[in-house]
Amino acid sequence: MTALVEVNNLSKAFGGVHAVEDVSFSVDAGQVYSVIGPNGAGKTTLFNLITGLYVPTGGEVKLNGESIAKLEPNQLAERGMCRTFQQMQICMNMTAIENVMLGRHLTLKSSLLTTLFRLPALTRGEKAAREKSAELMAFVGCGEYLDTEASAMSYGALKRLEIARALAAEPKVVLLDEPAAGLNAVETAALEDLIRKIAEQGITVMLVEHDMKLVMGISDRLLVLNYGRVLAEGTPEQIRENPDVIAAYLGG
Amino acid sequence: MIDRLPQFRLRGLVFLAIVVFSVPLFISNPFHYGLATQIALIAGAVVGLNLLVGFAGQISLGHAGFFGLGAYFSAIMTSTYGWSAIPALVVGAIAVAIVAWVVGRPILRLKGHYLSMATLAVGFIIAIILNNERETTGGPDGMPVPPFDVFGWELSPFGQYSLFGLDISGDLAWYLFAGIVLLVAVWLAQNLIDSPIGRALRSVHGSEVAASVVGVNTAKYKSLVFVISAVYASVMGALYGHFQGFITPSVASFDFSILLITMVVLGGMGSTIGVIIGAVVLELLPQVLADFQEMEMVLFGLILMLTMIFMPKGLLPTAASFLAKRRSKSAGGDA
Ligand SMILES: Nc1ncnc2c1ncn2[C@@H]1O[C@H](COP(=O)(O)OP(=O)(O)OP(=O)(O)O)[C@@H](O)[C@H]1O
Ligand SMILES: [Mg+2]
Repeated sequence: MTALVEVNNLSKAFGGVHAVEDVSFSVDAGQVYSVIGPNGAGKTTLFNLITGLYVPTGGEVKLNGESIAKLEPNQLAERGMCRTFQQMQICMNMTAIENVMLGRHLTLKSSLLTTLFRLPALTRGEKAAREKSAELMAFVGCGEYLDTEASAMSYGALKRLEIARALAAEPKVVLLDEPAAGLNAVETAALEDLIRKIAEQGITVMLVEHDMKLVMGISDRLLVLNYGRVLAEGTPEQIRENPDVIAAYLGG
Repeated sequence: MIDRLPQFRLRGLVFLAIVVFSVPLFISNPFHYGLATQIALIAGAVVGLNLLVGFAGQISLGHAGFFGLGAYFSAIMTSTYGWSAIPALVVGAIAVAIVAWVVGRPILRLKGHYLSMATLAVGFIIAIILNNERETTGGPDGMPVPPFDVFGWELSPFGQYSLFGLDISGDLAWYLFAGIVLLVAVWLAQNLIDSPIGRALRSVHGSEVAASVVGVNTAKYKSLVFVISAVYASVMGALYGHFQGFITPSVASFDFSILLITMVVLGGMGSTIGVIIGAVVLELLPQVLADFQEMEMVLFGLILMLTMIFMPKGLLPTAASFLAKRRSKSAGGDA
């Protein structure tokens, strides 16, 4: 079986800064795979490389066995990859549900003429997309905001909205960059629940998170980065007992 | 609420229709009709420009170029080659679409000031060509344009028509025609905005990376909206030429490009009704302040600057949020 996401000797340097250096690992379909490490370890850079936002300085990423080197982020979305951002990326010029409906972009193919004259096919597609999006908003726990302007929503609600948008694209693998950042204990517990439910649907989850309790509880495997390099890789038990990790990170 | 699509767009359209059709109740002299017709046609172009600027967050400082191309294409085809007005308008729009697509692909990769400069250059080049091709365009002196015609039937501001047994003067007929064109332009724009394509366009403004990771080909949509807004300008330019009966390269000038952008910014980027108000205000202002003729560009520049500083959302959205705040305050007071 080929891994869903395979990373081989991946490197990225910004000038003299080696943000990611010679990183290799693979993620099987259906796993919850977490990437941890101290601030500046290169976690976000790794996600940006995997999702095609950055061009690597070395190595490669494969999605379902196919190299992503020549693919744009939107083409990766077509192949079943979607993500959220540490620096939330919400379209503040839209309502909450429109943000989620944007996630349905690839499933909503309508011609320019159908659109301009608002033919029945368009209205049907829009209604279906709206229903599906409302369902997803309820699923992530921001169902009460439907037609609220995104700019009027709280930080926590926007974080959930961003997840709903990613799910709306019906991804095979979703990458969440620090979804618990800025959330309180109750919200974090709800998030843990949500990530479990996403995984239960068969969606592969890649997660960057600082909240150790959350990460250790839900991950199948973890990757520990330190100064851009792999410090350790394995199951939560293995990571917890790894002396390097204890010395460099958990212990520190 | 989930099963029903929100229909906010229709409110704006109905409001606009009421205004358009009640204008003839208040004016009657040909000069005023002429002004109203001109405003409606320019407003149509501004609605198109707003798709690019207000919704997709891109800029064009050369949009008058496309307005001018449409105007001249129709003028030349109908006068020199004897085409009928509608085929000239349609073929002109297609030609402008192709031009916009060809220049749009490379320049829309640019952002901010670079895109401003590139679009500015596009406008300048078009204006220079129209000025220099004396043989076909008449150069800086301009050229006459035959009246608009449909199947041999001519629409001229100086004609007399009868509709459902009512006698209608040419100016009123032109005004009604331009008003209906504007309503159609707004209806199409609103349909576009409230659709998957429209969301993709707005997401390019809202967050380009968010758009790309959910599968939006942002480069494609930027080109698309650039082409659509150029077609709007081209069609309105063609009609404007027929209405005026005479055009000069000023229809493609830098000044006119800046006027169009100022209308968008003043009225409210991303508000279709707002930018129409912007067009009305900025077309009427020079009439009211006739003494300032020389200072017109200075005045528009000042308005552009003051709006961006003090009212970055523009007239209508600012007024709307002001009213909403007042309302919620008084509602809060009741509680
Ligand atoms: N676009 C960039 N240009 C220059 N340097 C960058 C860029 N992005 C990241 N870096 C640098 O690369 C290193 C890794 O950054 P990255 O954001 O990947 O870390 P991180 O593990 O996500 O940290 P955090 O936990 O704070 O989010 C840092 O030293 C950072 O300053
Ligand atoms: Mg990070």
